[in-house]
Parts: sequence; structure tokens; C-alpha cells
Amino acid sequence: MIRIEQLHKKFGKNKVLKGVDLTISKKGVFAILGPNGSGKTTLIKALLGMVIPDSGSLSVGDISIKKDWKYRDQIDYLPQIANFPANLTVKELISMIKDLRNRPGEDKKLITVFKLEPFLTKKLSNLSGGTKQKVNLVLTLMFDSPIIILDEPTTGLDPIALIHLKKIIKEEKSKGKIILITSHIMSFVEEMADEIVFLLEGKVYFKGTIEALKTETKESNFEHAIANLLTHEDA
Amino acid sequence: MLKILKYSFFDLIRSRWSYVYLLFYLLLGSVLLFLNNDLSKAVITLMNVIIILVPLIGTIFGVMYYYNSKEFTELLLAQPIKRSSIFIGQYLGVALSLSMSLTIGLGIPFALYGLFQSNEIWDFVLLLVTGAFLTLIFTALAFNIALYNENKIKGFSYSILLWLFLAVIYDGLFLMSLIAFHSYPLDSFSIGATMFNPIDLSRILILLKLDISALLGYTGAVFQKFFGTGFGLLISIIALSFWVVIPVLNIYRKSNKKDF
Repeated sequence: MIRIEQLHKKFGKNKVLKGVDLTISKKGVFAILGPNGSGKTTLIKALLGMVIPDSGSLSVGDISIKKDWKYRDQIDYLPQIANFPANLTVKELISMIKDLRNRPGEDKKLITVFKLEPFLTKKLSNLSGGTKQKVNLVLTLMFDSPIIILDEPTTGLDPIALIHLKKIIKEEKSKGKIILITSHIMSFVEEMADEIVFLLEGKVYFKGTIEALKTETKESNFEHAIANLLTHEDA
Repeated sequence: MLKILKYSFFDLIRSRWSYVYLLFYLLLGSVLLFLNNDLSKAVITLMNVIIILVPLIGTIFGVMYYYNSKEFTELLLAQPIKRSSIFIGQYLGVALSLSMSLTIGLGIPFALYGLFQSNEIWDFVLLLVTGAFLTLIFTALAFNIALYNENKIKGFSYSILLWLFLAVIYDGLFLMSLIAFHSYPLDSFSIGATMFNPIDLSRILILLKLDISALLGYTGAVFQKFFGTGFGLLISIIALSFWVVIPVLNIYRKSNKKDF
């Protein structure tokens, strides 16, 4: 259960979030969409406590997150850009995160799925972008938390890994978790998401199912429906 | 916090620069003892090196570590860990590994030379304590600068400037003001001015202990006259502690407010 009320945040003079209201109470996959710079990442980071909001309230599981940090144990977060400490090996990083979270993780299964065995003893600075993203996914998905947040999970993944990722997301969904995804790949969103949250100019502009979006914009194609939302605002 | 401290510490211990730093002190200690053959002279020479070099290394390592581990910090921020633990843990990791390099690097040659049988052991211990203080102070200052500056280049320049100011310029200004106002009583002014510079403070601390009045200089002499040796030592240690505590508290404060 996530509740966001009247969330405001500005960076210097740039007002990124201008009163976001969002309640996610039921389980499922929620896609947070919006043009570049619409505040998707800021919203997610505010939810994680990485960005401190100017005003408004945020609560996860009915507990306000202000000045709290224990709630983050319920969240698995995949950051947008995977950059890790350079002189650690993949194996060390995984065991370190497990140690820091004080929880066992299902890393073995995920390592096999993403075929990361040959890279386990390699240093993170020597990995390709796609492999780093796979490591990033393992780090995020190895814990069994009720909320999963994925910021651009498809970046750099090859088609096979993408298929695995979709399968994992579906499995996690069937376990009754709340999964938030941001992505610019519309086909991925259309396939995975139960509901769309569309951010525009720092506010929630649309929230509902893909079907509802299509009827509202009178478009049969999802990509066009999204484009329609954008042009509407510009016009 | 201890886990973060552990990981930062081991991360640094494995880095090449820690070894370079350690080797430098090993060499310095050995050469000084070999050439000097006099423990107390070696301690004085070491003091002059430590007082300038330790702050520089502390500042640079602190700033570098903060900026280099930025992505890692962001990874940690999303984990169920208290914010302040992350930054204080990293800070202590840097400061402790530097202090360790200093202690081991200087300790080995001095121990081999027979420090434990000599009377200079306490002078030497005080030297190491001062070195550790300076490391803690300047690493904390560097973390503060880095926390306030997103821009790496700016952060680096500010921290180098800070070091330059406290290590060189401050003394110059101080001396000039002494000359300019020489007809006024300057005792309390000079004591105050010393308190505001951890490098000066450390120098006086060591010289008071070594009891070499010729090297004390004006401030040192005033200090000794004003406080006496024992009390002077105590006052300067307390002042140094404040220099550690205040920047660390500010790391705590700032890290809880910052956006990432």
C-alpha cells in the first residue's frame, strides 16, 4: 500500500513535482509514464527517501516515511543507471548487499536465469552495460519484498534476458506484490502493466487501465494513446 | 554503521593508494632514523612533515572517496540503512584506514629502532595521536565540502584551497597581523587565532610536549605562559576534539537533508 498526497519538490527554481496525489492499494504492475523530465525518477526517489520532498506526505504500508528508514526493507529498487563500486567482484557485491539487508536472497536462481556464472569473479568495472544491468536486476530481485520498483529495467538487455525479466515480473505479480515500473518502451509497458500512471508537468495527469486510456483518447493503439495525451496538453 | 565502515575500510585497504601512503611513511621513518640517529630530532622532523602532509592527504582522500563512491552511496541509500550511518560509516572508513597507514608506516621503523626502550615513546605516541586527529579533522572537512558541492572540480578546488589556507596562508596572515598590531597586547588574540587552526594547534600540542621553547614561536610561548604545559596540552586536545566533532555533526545534519 502506497499513499502519496500533495507531493511538492523543486530543485532550485525547477519545480519538478507540483502536487502529486497517488494511491496504490491493490496489487499489480503499475507503469509510471511521462515525457522526459516529468518527474518520474524524482517521484520514485521520494518514495525511497532519497529525495526529500518540500511538502506533502508519503506513506508505505500505512506508515509515514518521514525520518524513517526501516520501511525500505519492504522495497526492492532497481536504479536507472547501474554503477557499482569498481574494485569489487560481482560475487562480493551480491554477498555485501545480502549482508547489508540482513536477509537471505535467492541470488543463485537469478544468476542461472541471467547466465551470470562466468562473470561472478570478474570486477564490476570490466562488465559490459548489459551485464551490469543483469547484475543490477539480480541485486534487486533476489529479495522477496512486497514492493518492487524498477526504473527503466529494460535498458541494455538482450532479447533473451528481456523474456526472462518479463517472466520474473509476472511471477512476482502473481505472488501479490505491488510493482512500479518506469519505461520508455511502450510495447513492454503495454504487455506488463495493469495500470498506467501518467505524469505530466509534475502532476498525475491520468491514472487507470490501458483500456480506459484507449477509450478516453479514442485511440485503438496504446502508443498513439500516450502520444495523444501529450499533444493534448501541448495544444 | 559498522557494516558500512567495514566495507569502506576494506575497500580502501585494497586500493593501491593506501599502500603508497604506507610505504611513504615507512621510508620517511626509516630514512629519518638512519640519517639522524637521534630519536627526538627525528620526532621533530616528522612533526613538521606530518603537520603539513597529513591534512593534505586527508583532504584529498576524503574528497576523492566521496566522489568515487557516489554511485555506491546511491545504491546504499535505497537499502534499509539509516542515512547518517552511510556517510559517517564511509567517513570513518576513510579516516581510520589513513590513520592506520600512518601508525603502521611510522610505527615499524621506530619500533625496530628501539623506541620502546627509550624515553621518547610518549612524544612519539603524541605525534601519532596528533596525526590521527588531523586525519579525522581534514577528512571530515573534505566530506563536508563534497556534500555541499555536486561538482567534482569545485569540490576538489575548495578542499585544496582549504588546506592551503590552513597550512600556509593562515600563518602568513597571522604573522602579518602580529607585525601590524605589535604595539597592542596580542596574547588573547593569538591564542584565539591558534584555536581556529587545527594545524597550528597540533604544532603547539607537540612542541609543548617536547618542551622546546626555541621552536615554540610567539603563539607557543604565549600558550605556554598562559596555560602552562600540562593545562596547555589539555586545552589543545579539547580544541582538536571540537574540530573533529563539529564537522562530523555537520556531516550528519547535511546528509539527512540532501537529495540524491
